[in-house]
Amino acid sequence: MTSKTSSEGLPRKADVSRRGFVGGLSAGFLGVAASEVARAETLADVPDRAPGADLSAHSERSRFARLDRIPEATPGKRNVDPSDAINSKTPHQKLVGNITPTDLHYERSHSGVPDIDPAQHRLLVHGMVQKPLVFSVEDLKRMPSITRVVFIECTGNGWENWKKADPDLTVQNTHGLVSTNEWTGVPLKFLIDLVAKDKGSTWMLAEGGDGAGVDRSIPLTDEIVNEAFIAYGQNGEPLRPAHGFPMRLVMPGFEGNLNIKWLRRLKFGNAPWMTRWETARYTQLLANGKARQFQLRMETNSVITQPSGMMQIQPGYVRISGLAWSGHGKIAKVEISTDSARTWKQAQLAQPVLSKAQVRFQMDWVWDGKPTRIVSRSTDEQGNAQPDRQTFIAAMGTNALFHYNAQQTWSIDETGRVRNVLA
Amino acid sequence: MSSHDKLFLAGILTFGLLSAPALAFDFGRPATPAEIKLWDIDVGPDGKGLPDGSGTAVQGKQVFADNCAACHGDNGQGGIKDRLAGGQGTLASNMPVKTVGSFWPYATTLFDYIHRAMPYPTPGSLSTEETYAVTAYILSLNGIIPADGKVDKESLPKIRMPNRDGFVPQPEFDPAKLFRRK
Repeated sequence: MTSKTSSEGLPRKADVSRRGFVGGLSAGFLGVAASEVARAETLADVPDRAPGADLSAHSERSRFARLDRIPEATPGKRNVDPSDAINSKTPHQKLVGNITPTDLHYERSHSGVPDIDPAQHRLLVHGMVQKPLVFSVEDLKRMPSITRVVFIECTGNGWENWKKADPDLTVQNTHGLVSTNEWTGVPLKFLIDLVAKDKGSTWMLAEGGDGAGVDRSIPLTDEIVNEAFIAYGQNGEPLRPAHGFPMRLVMPGFEGNLNIKWLRRLKFGNAPWMTRWETARYTQLLANGKARQFQLRMETNSVITQPSGMMQIQPGYVRISGLAWSGHGKIAKVEISTDSARTWKQAQLAQPVLSKAQVRFQMDWVWDGKPTRIVSRSTDEQGNAQPDRQTFIAAMGTNALFHYNAQQTWSIDETGRVRNVLA
Repeated sequence: MSSHDKLFLAGILTFGLLSAPALAFDFGRPATPAEIKLWDIDVGPDGKGLPDGSGTAVQGKQVFADNCAACHGDNGQGGIKDRLAGGQGTLASNMPVKTVGSFWPYATTLFDYIHRAMPYPTPGSLSTEETYAVTAYILSLNGIIPADGKVDKESLPKIRMPNRDGFVPQPEFDPAKLFRRK
C-alpha cells in the first residue's frame, strides 16, 4: 500500500478551517469522523453559526467524512482498477457500531452487477414440488415478512494472511469482506409450503440472475429451513443492485456465496448438484492435497478494528474496539490481549448481542509506549473458540484460500505504528 | 378498523403462516412445463439435465480458439483468467495449480458451467453442440479423453476425473450422511 492509506481520513488542509489543524498523529485511530482531527484551541476558534444548506431529497455524508470501499482482486492484488476487481471491501477501520452502512456493505460478484428491472424479474420455484410456481417481486412483498440483522461474509475474508502478512495492510484489506445489515423478506419456509415441497427433497439449488448464473446446492436442514429467507429489503430500503436487487437469498451464518443475489430460481432435489462453486471454487485445499467440501458455515471470528493496521497511536489511554461474529449463533465473549497473547482480558460487548450478527466489542487500555502486539479472540454461545494462527494453520495448511478465521494480531512498534503480522 | 377486525386479520395472517398450502396460488402463478424447460438448465453429476447432442475435441479446438482462448490462453494456459489445463500433481505442494484436470471432480460440472456462464461477455451463446465440443476439447487438453475424443450425455457422467476422490466433505454437511441419521 502507498502512503495514501496512512493519510486516509484526514481532510485536506485546504478543506479545514484556517484557524487550526493539528497534525494527525492519531488521525486514523480517531478518524471515524475525519473532522474530529481539526481542532479549535479555544471556544472562540469555533466558527460562527450560520444558516446552512438547503434541505434535499437525499442526504449525503459530510464532506469531512470520507468513507469508501476498496475494489480488490485476489490476495496481493490490491487497489486495482474497478474493471479488474472481484470484490469491494468494507472500511471497518472507519466505522462504529454494529450495522454496516448500506453503501459500504462489502460487495462480491462473479459477473458484475446486473441492472434488473423488477417489473421483469421472476422467481421460479420448482423441482420436487407439487405446485411449481412463478413469483413476481410484488408477490413477495405481499407475503408475510420477517426482518433480521445478520452478518454476511465472503468465504475469502481474511485470505490476505494465509501465507504471509504484508505489514502495510489495513483491517479493510484483511477483514473487509464481512458486513452486517438488517434484511427484510419472506421466510423460505413460506415458499416451501406454497409449492408443497415433497418430503423426499433434501437439497435445494438456488440460482442467480447474473451473467454467471451463480448457483449453489443448499442442504435443507431444520436450521436452514427455519432461518433462510428471500430478502427484498436492506436497512429499510429496497436491496441495492450490488446486493441482489430486486431479491436475494439470505442464509444467516452461512457462506456469503450461498446468499444468492438476483435470485431467480429455487429448485428442489435430493442431492447436491456439484456446481462449479461448490467443487472447483469454494472448497478448501488442505496440506495433504485433499480439499474440504461443503464447509458451508462461517466460523467464530473477531478482529480489532481500532487501533488496526496503518494507524498510529500515542502512549496513554487507548480505547480498543472491534467486531466479533459467528455462524453458530451469538457471541458469548471476546477476549483481548495487549501483551502478545500472554494474558487476556474480557472485552465489553455492545448490546444487543444477536445471533449470527456482528457485535461491537471494546476495552480500555493504557499503552506504556513499549513495542507490543494486540490480538482478539471470540467464543460463541456453543463454545466454539476462534483459534490462534498456529493451531489454525496446523489444521488447515496454507493453501485453503477460504474460511480463514485465525486470530488477527496487530504489532505496535515504539513509535506507535500499528502493522499487520501473523502472530 | 375495529379491534375485532384487527383480531380477525391477525387470525388470517397467523392461519396463513401455519397452513400455507391452503393459500397456494394466492401468491404467484403456476409455472408451465414449457417455461420451466427454458430455465431448467442445471446438470447433476449423474448427468441428469444434460441435453441431447454431442461434440468432439477436434470441433472444440476451433470453438475454443474463437470464444475462450482470449482469456484462458491458447491451450487453456497462460491466459489472463483461470488456467484450465495442467497442474496435476501440484495440489499438495506450496504452489497448488487448480485446473479442470488437476482439481475438478466431475466432468458434468464443466458442461454446466460453460453452458450457464461462458463465454463471459455472452453467457449462453454457444449451441449445445459447441458446448459439448469445447467441453471435450478442455478434457482432451488435460489428457482425460483422447485428442479425437467425443462427449455426449451418456459418456460425460461416466468420465472419471483425476481428482474425483480429492474431496472430503465437512462432517456437518456430508451429503452421504446428512439426511440418513433419523
